[in-house]
Amino acid sequence: MKKEPLIRLVKRDTLSVPKVVLIYAIAIVVSLMLSALICSLFSSKNPLAFFEALFNGALGSSRRVWLLLQDSALLLGVAVALVPAFKMKFWNLGGNGQILVGCLAAISCMFYLGGKIPDPLLIFIMTVASIAAGAIWGVLPAIFKAFFGTNESLFTLMLNYIATGLVAMFITIWVKSGSGVLEPLKAGNFPKLFGNRYLLTVLVFFVLTILMFIYLKYTKHGYEISVVGDSPNTAKYIGIDVKRVIIRTMLISGALAGIVGLFLAGGIHHTISTASANNMGFTAIMATWLAAFNPLIMMGTCFFIIFISRGMVEVRGSFGFTNDSVANIVIGLVYFCVIACSFFITYRVVFRKSNTKNAEADEVKGDKKV
Amino acid sequence: MSKRILSLVLVAIMLVGAIFTLSSCNGENNGDGEKKEDIKAALICLHGDSSTYDKNFIDAFKKACENKGLDEDHYTIITDIPEGTECYDKAADFADDGYDVIFADSFGHEAHMIKAAEEFEDVQFCHATGTKAHTEGLSNYQNAFASIYQGRFLAGVAAGLKLVELYGDEEGKVTDENAKIGYVGAHPYAEVVSGYTSFYLGVKSIVENVTMEVRYTGSWYDETAEKTTAEALIGAGCKLISQHADSMGAPTACENANVPNVAYNGETGKNTFVIASRIDWIPYFEYMLDCVMNGKDIADDWTGTLENGAVKITALGDAAAEGTQAKLDEVAAKLNDGTLKVFDCSTFTVDGEHLTKYLADVDDAGDFVPETNVIKTENGVTFFDESSFRSAPYFDIRIDGITEVN
Repeated sequence: MKKEPLIRLVKRDTLSVPKVVLIYAIAIVVSLMLSALICSLFSSKNPLAFFEALFNGALGSSRRVWLLLQDSALLLGVAVALVPAFKMKFWNLGGNGQILVGCLAAISCMFYLGGKIPDPLLIFIMTVASIAAGAIWGVLPAIFKAFFGTNESLFTLMLNYIATGLVAMFITIWVKSGSGVLEPLKAGNFPKLFGNRYLLTVLVFFVLTILMFIYLKYTKHGYEISVVGDSPNTAKYIGIDVKRVIIRTMLISGALAGIVGLFLAGGIHHTISTASANNMGFTAIMATWLAAFNPLIMMGTCFFIIFISRGMVEVRGSFGFTNDSVANIVIGLVYFCVIACSFFITYRVVFRKSNTKNAEADEVKGDKKV
Repeated sequence: MSKRILSLVLVAIMLVGAIFTLSSCNGENNGDGEKKEDIKAALICLHGDSSTYDKNFIDAFKKACENKGLDEDHYTIITDIPEGTECYDKAADFADDGYDVIFADSFGHEAHMIKAAEEFEDVQFCHATGTKAHTEGLSNYQNAFASIYQGRFLAGVAAGLKLVELYGDEEGKVTDENAKIGYVGAHPYAEVVSGYTSFYLGVKSIVENVTMEVRYTGSWYDETAEKTTAEALIGAGCKLISQHADSMGAPTACENANVPNVAYNGETGKNTFVIASRIDWIPYFEYMLDCVMNGKDIADDWTGTLENGAVKITALGDAAAEGTQAKLDEVAAKLNDGTLKVFDCSTFTVDGEHLTKYLADVDDAGDFVPETNVIKTENGVTFFDESSFRSAPYFDIRIDGITEVN
């Protein structure tokens, strides 16, 4: 008789919503408590000060609240850009590059046209240029994937390096002193909305998120994306032009990432560096996965990720950490706990019992219990 | 659906936290009053203490605050702040929090510090390596740097003596092949050019026929690029390496290849370490804190020197040649009394000619057009007068004997 393995994983029936919420909440609280302990081990502060600093850093003043919202909106923008591609199981790892070329296109307009044409016209041209640049950076790997079956993950990753190289090259051309630092440009800066410099960014990406939710859930395009993602052969069989869907979706994905670049250039930094994308292209991947590719839930996951990272800046300062390694450990730990608990929400672990029949009986009961 | 509710709950938890912290944190208003003992100071760094450059600021800032009686509740160091609007955000955030003086350590922080200075007139904003304080006309924005070229020159002398020890014949002559050294630079920028030229002139004062190859990494901190660039230089026949980049990349490459290394901003702890020059920021930080405590203006441009203790050379490493210390003491004395000028125009040529006039872009108005003649003659010595028109270096001349690759 074949022996049953010692440990095996069983897929759970869907858990009730309050239970899922409770599990996530416990995971987050536990991970933060662990983090507090770790931070206090490395400094003279007590663990409670960790929570004070974390919340204070994220929410302690109106400036901090707005920055939290702005950074969440930007990350959400990238997540919204990536999500149609991911739903199609097109692994777009090129978010950073697509943001960067969008930003570079806008900065180029500001640099060459600034002062020569009125600002509203300039901002319009910047918008078109950023969207086009992002879309090109997104569609290149899609074309190769659709027609030559190339691996999109590697392709998009490589395009990140090319984008970084392009930015470095243009900075060298523009900054004749050789310092590698482009001074913030005065032309083509986005206007403040009601005297608030953060509001425009927050609103735009909020609206884009809603639109993406509708696009994926209620339009024919959205349906095609999910069919191609689930099974390209089924898609072919029911008459969906798979190539067309891949290319169209990546045009949208790249263009949206380009818009994030546009806001970095025109709305926030007014300058560019090779690090302008701030690695959001990768961070956003986690935000989309944790949200199970649902744009509305992504609002929560992006907010959470930025909340922790902004809070940790304050923790670093008040705990006297003079590098970011402890903060990175903490952020990693929180992510780890959240991801681990999403695993245990989907599966449960079953240990071998001496009597197989009993085990099976337990299993059935267990499913009812949890 | 379940996750949608989850996200709502998360937001709710965080908002509760917000109310809790907002109510517990009312900010400290120091009120007015000229003499402030109870000040708060902040340091903004581009990288953390794994970068030798930033570590140099961090250590000095802690020490200076300690010396001036500021405990840990009265100073904050924040690292890993990029050279974008993040710097303004953080500086403004410190100002919101009632800090009296805020210092940023990286060149690209300047525009953002100026923006914060314009907004918070009662707070002092100070910045290392910047160029704009003397033209910007803000009373609460200042630059600071040091005549690090003096330190680099001394380090160059130690490097020259090392070359002689390794490769010199009876008369101390080194063959052209062995008199080739390498330099890993960050950006092709005046700060770096001034640094490597003064280092080169230091070596040249000992080894007349020395040549130097310079390669850039395009980044102030890129450990891998610095290591591979140093390896490439060693591969190209360089017998000694120095660097102006902030990681341990180049020192590690030198250690692996057993090539002597002259460092910047601190000892590397390697066997191949000869010497390092560094800026000691304690004198400036103490001066800055004193000014703020006593309600005095901080100088627009502050330049540290060998004499005022801001330019330092470290203790000699194991790899240093015998007799180096005595020679360094002798050269330092001459630099201090002004009889020796680092950029003495008779010691170097540009396209085969000695300089008699040179315009530099001292005002840095963004046009990249030079406007100030920086060649001076004093006591019969014609020299390039570095760091006296403003604290940040403006020597950006490529002199004969040095080749820039890439």
